[in-house]
Amino acid sequence: MKSPQVIEEAFRALATNRMRTLLTMLGVVIGVCAVVIMMAVGRGAQSMVNQSISSMGSNLLIVFPGSQTSGGVRFGAGAAQTLTVSDAQAIATVDGVLRVAPVVMRSFQLAYGSQNWSAMVAGVTPDYFPLRDWDTETGDLLSDGDLRSNARVAVIGQSTATQLFGDESPIGKSIRIRNLPFTVIGVLTRKGQSLDGRDQDDGVFIPLSTARQQLVRSAFPESVAMMLVQAEDQQSIGPAEREINELLRVRHKIKQGQDDDFSVRNLTAIAQTAAIAAGAMALLLGAIAGVSLIVGGIGIMNIMLVSVTERTREIGIRMALGARQRDILRQFLIEAVVICLVGGLIGTALAIGAAWGIAALSGLLVEISIFSVLLAFGFSAMIGIFFGWYPAKKASRLKPVEALRVE
Amino acid sequence: MAEPLIRLVDIHKQYEPPGAPAVPVLHGISLSISSGDFVCLMGQSGSGKSTLMNILGCLDTPTRGSYFLDGEDVSAMTSDGLAQLRNKKLGFVFQGFNLLKRMNVLDNVALPMVYGGVSRDQAAIEARARLAETGLAGFEDRLPNQLSGGQQQRVAIARALAMHAPILLADEPTGNLDTATSEEIMKMIQTLNREQGMTIVLVTHESDIARFGRRLVRLKDGVVVFDGPVAEGLA
Repeated sequence: MKSPQVIEEAFRALATNRMRTLLTMLGVVIGVCAVVIMMAVGRGAQSMVNQSISSMGSNLLIVFPGSQTSGGVRFGAGAAQTLTVSDAQAIATVDGVLRVAPVVMRSFQLAYGSQNWSAMVAGVTPDYFPLRDWDTETGDLLSDGDLRSNARVAVIGQSTATQLFGDESPIGKSIRIRNLPFTVIGVLTRKGQSLDGRDQDDGVFIPLSTARQQLVRSAFPESVAMMLVQAEDQQSIGPAEREINELLRVRHKIKQGQDDDFSVRNLTAIAQTAAIAAGAMALLLGAIAGVSLIVGGIGIMNIMLVSVTERTREIGIRMALGARQRDILRQFLIEAVVICLVGGLIGTALAIGAAWGIAALSGLLVEISIFSVLLAFGFSAMIGIFFGWYPAKKASRLKPVEALRVE
Repeated sequence: MAEPLIRLVDIHKQYEPPGAPAVPVLHGISLSISSGDFVCLMGQSGSGKSTLMNILGCLDTPTRGSYFLDGEDVSAMTSDGLAQLRNKKLGFVFQGFNLLKRMNVLDNVALPMVYGGVSRDQAAIEARARLAETGLAGFEDRLPNQLSGGQQQRVAIARALAMHAPILLADEPTGNLDTATSEEIMKMIQTLNREQGMTIVLVTHESDIARFGRRLVRLKDGVVVFDGPVAEGLA
């Protein structure tokens, strides 16, 4: 018998027992729907993490000063003033290091006209922007000249611009930071949330020299709050991290056995861990959903077994008329696969609808990939073949004379 | 002597139900049926006539003995080979009609051709022709249960003719029909034998039905107790 006919026959056979077919199919519909949705949610979470990672900059190390103890009072990590600009210059010479960007930062009240807004003000060097893979949407970035001349210029993030200027163009306008006037020379492109959920677009960047001398004055004028270090590539992150550790221990004259007064964090590694966790989560969700698909498959097997028993006589008649074992096998197998594929189709359609719903209602990123749809489809066809095989084989093994004897 | 169409040599059959002693049914049956013959198999229930019919129909295999169908040794065949043989050489008509109730009349008649590899369009044309021959033109789209018993049996005959098989095996074809309809069906079978030279083997327990045949084979307890012209056997 030729394939189109077998498929037509399968539909006819399934149509005779509509209710039963629908209920059997429901198992697959739910299974496929669950797999596609779970994978969509999982992948959505994963790409949210990935977005955060790439928004941070690639191959990044962050160097923080260590904690400080003063008169028995221990301040938290980053409180020490031990990291200096000359440390940054030294780190820049380490093998495998591409760029170093020392940063000082503090929260200040900003004002423009009658508007005011509190935001993080960071003193940075021009290297900061390429290191974070960040550019302006309008205007210019900070230049070496600005740094040398302690210029009172600022590059601001999108959120800050909106808060202070509304629809107005900020370029060339003067904002006040702790009552000092700064000219806005650039507005950065949008970066979105950071891994920890902060709005990266709410901030003001001014030259490091200006910040240290005019805004963030401290008893240690050379000190910085942290340094971003970018390695040349992924392979050099590890060696660079070790070498920076050694270099700083030497520069800070830390003896063997003494604790570091700084810490180097490999952000890429942390982010990758987060990405792996999100990936594992997606896989776990998919696997749980997969269980429901398997349960659906068992439902199919169950019904196909009943169907074979009910149609024993039909099988006998077909055999008497010349159906070979493989004809019978194929007939029942295709019925199971048809249930699965139609169920898969409905399940996928439902999942796409549900994904839209989830995305619209929760604001979560939900990504339905062609891959997950194909996977669900292929999986449901496999479920059909796997669970349909035994009943179909059973049908094909019937002896014609015995099958015909059954009433 | 030319090889007969059907030749059974010392056929034995015993059923071996699991966990129970074997039940012998046929004890060495030898029988030759030549092309164009019309053989009626008679015997009381338990005589083994249905078992013999199943073996003739390649639906069952003998425990011992040889069966040559059109010169081929059936005993040595695989289940696929038997399926092919049933498809090409044998047409079946059963007491209970055995039509597929989900399919319309046309598809039922076309089914053997579908398994025989005939193209779909060709099968439909042939099926229409067979239905016309059996007087059922216009009933193609009906479902079997929308037809009378006699009509259903005629569909079954049309189906048995679908592949132009040389042999028609009829197992109590009139068992579910009234006398008038039985007569009609038997005449149709007789015509097939007389006009188209189809070889017919028919199982019945009614003498009235057996009279349509030419040769009578009577079984008792698994052996042939009479083999001769119908007129003699029924006398």
